[in-house]
Amino acid sequence: MIEVQNLTRVFGDKKAVDNISFNVEKGEILGFLGPNAAGKTTTMRILTCYLPATSGTAKVAGYDVFDDSIEVKKRIGYLPENPPLYKEMVVENYLHFVAKIKGIEPRERKKKVRNVLERCAIMNVKDRIIGKLSKGYRQRVGLAQALIHNPDVLILDEPTSSLDPKQIIEVRELIKNLSGEHTIILSTHILPEVSMTCERVIIINEGKLVAVDTPENLTKKLRSSDKLMLDIEGPFDEVKSKLKEIPGVTRVSLDKFFKEGRGKYHIETKPDVDLRKTLAQTVINNNWGLYELRSEGMSLEEIFLKLTTKE
Amino acid sequence: MIVKNIVAIFDRELRSYFVSPIAYVVIALFLVIAGFFFYVMLNSFLNYSFRATMQAQYYRMAPPKVNVNMLVIRGMIHNFGLILLFIVPAITMRLFAEEKKSGTSELILTSPITTTQIILGKFFAGMTLLLSMIAPTFLYILIMIIWGNPEILPIFSGYLGLILIGGSFIAVGLFISSLTENQIIAYVGGLVVLLLFWVIGWAGGAGSKIGSVLSYLSLINHLDDFAKGVIDIKHIVYYLSFITFGLFLTYRSIESMKWRG
Ligand SMILES: Nc1ncnc2c1ncn2[C@@H]1O[C@H](COP(=O)(O)OP(=O)(O)O)[C@@H](O)[C@H]1O
Ligand SMILES: [Mg+2]
Repeated sequence: MIEVQNLTRVFGDKKAVDNISFNVEKGEILGFLGPNAAGKTTTMRILTCYLPATSGTAKVAGYDVFDDSIEVKKRIGYLPENPPLYKEMVVENYLHFVAKIKGIEPRERKKKVRNVLERCAIMNVKDRIIGKLSKGYRQRVGLAQALIHNPDVLILDEPTSSLDPKQIIEVRELIKNLSGEHTIILSTHILPEVSMTCERVIIINEGKLVAVDTPENLTKKLRSSDKLMLDIEGPFDEVKSKLKEIPGVTRVSLDKFFKEGRGKYHIETKPDVDLRKTLAQTVINNNWGLYELRSEGMSLEEIFLKLTTKE
Repeated sequence: MIVKNIVAIFDRELRSYFVSPIAYVVIALFLVIAGFFFYVMLNSFLNYSFRATMQAQYYRMAPPKVNVNMLVIRGMIHNFGLILLFIVPAITMRLFAEEKKSGTSELILTSPITTTQIILGKFFAGMTLLLSMIAPTFLYILIMIIWGNPEILPIFSGYLGLILIGGSFIAVGLFISSLTENQIIAYVGGLVVLLLFWVIGWAGGAGSKIGSVLSYLSLINHLDDFAKGVIDIKHIVYYLSFITFGLFLTYRSIESMKWRG
């Protein structure tokens, strides 16, 4: 549905987007993850024909964003970072205006407006002036605007930023319900968001594509060292030094103390060695108490930090 | 389809003028200032004709025919033009600047309509506000018709001239508004450019070649014939070309905004 190839966009001497390529299948939800200034908005603006690329190509439903921009625009619904709302307008009139410029036939408009009012749960504010709505409602009106012509592709730029936690949950719920009918690209700099809503994640940093995969695979693949957690009862110093002596262990840290000499030890090991058996043996040989032993996969949050703080 | 898109932009823009105070403020301001000029001019005209009549009586001559067309209408059209120069940038300042500032430019520029359609919709919305601003001044004309007997042709041509020069002002203002997201800058910038086009007409007095070119380019010099009751196709062509050029520059500015971001 979306094909991006060697996309580059330069501002002055700064590469905001640097040679990015990816595809999005029909019906897929793709997460676009990266810190601020990574180039998420710029990429989305190129896909929506708001900005042209400096080099490279992008196609939506087979149409080139530069050569066939009108055809692309017909098929895309776009929610920019700041929802594009005319604050002096009444919600319903605003959506009517959007329906017109999206090329919806006059006799269809009423129906389509009703439809998005319902889908985005804003029927109750349809007669209100947009400028007087809360942020959460504005975001939904923004979403309604992007959905009104029932586009094949939805592009949502940080749809939950600047909302309060309750609103975030509601908007995420809305987006999840949209999946299946639309191909969605959603950008965010908040990690839990992608694992909650997306099937596949693209991580970009400083304009470059760092990784593409499912949230689970990313967690697996990018584990450069393994982490284990042990809950052991025994003299702290002795436990720590004995654990360190085991071949393959690279780091031991003690982070949580319980009563009576019990603590949580975090152990990092060389990749691809499973030390669980050896560790259990060590505990038994030294007559300590073992309360828990488990492998700790790196959370996406850590991967993210790793990916984007790496030089 | 093309017309439908232009109408959609036009319609939203016009409604937005009339839900904000701007339309009313602009119209009221124009009418008050125009009314004041009208009053002053009519007054001096009456004084003048009164004195002329008295003089004629003194010398036992027939009362003179003072020309209301030349003295009042011509001056009035000029004055209205000058007031428009100050007021039109206030009409146009928001047309693009506000869309950029509020981010709604991301909606209209990613919708399946063309830049030309957007520009034309906004231009006609500005024109409509301009017309609703000068339309009430027909009341002043009505007063003159009741009290005197002005010729109709100079009134008609004068208003035609005003609409054309107003359109040129709007084209300039629209262009300046597309360069910034700050409405104050759009107003001041528009005003400065319009004043420039006004004052270059003074160069015509120098008599040099450049002087005559500059004087030809001046917006105001083309208004005078209209004010005198002469409808000359070359002035109409001048204004229409000016408007087209202004809209073309706006088009380029919007397209290059995409390039710069
Ligand atoms: N219109 C622009 N002019 C100049 N630089 C820009 C422009 N838009 C974005 N940039 C720069 O490009 C980089 C990427 O920005 P952006 O795509 O907005 O990142 P993100 O959305 O991931 O936060 C930033 O360094 C930003 O300063
Ligand atoms: Mg952004």
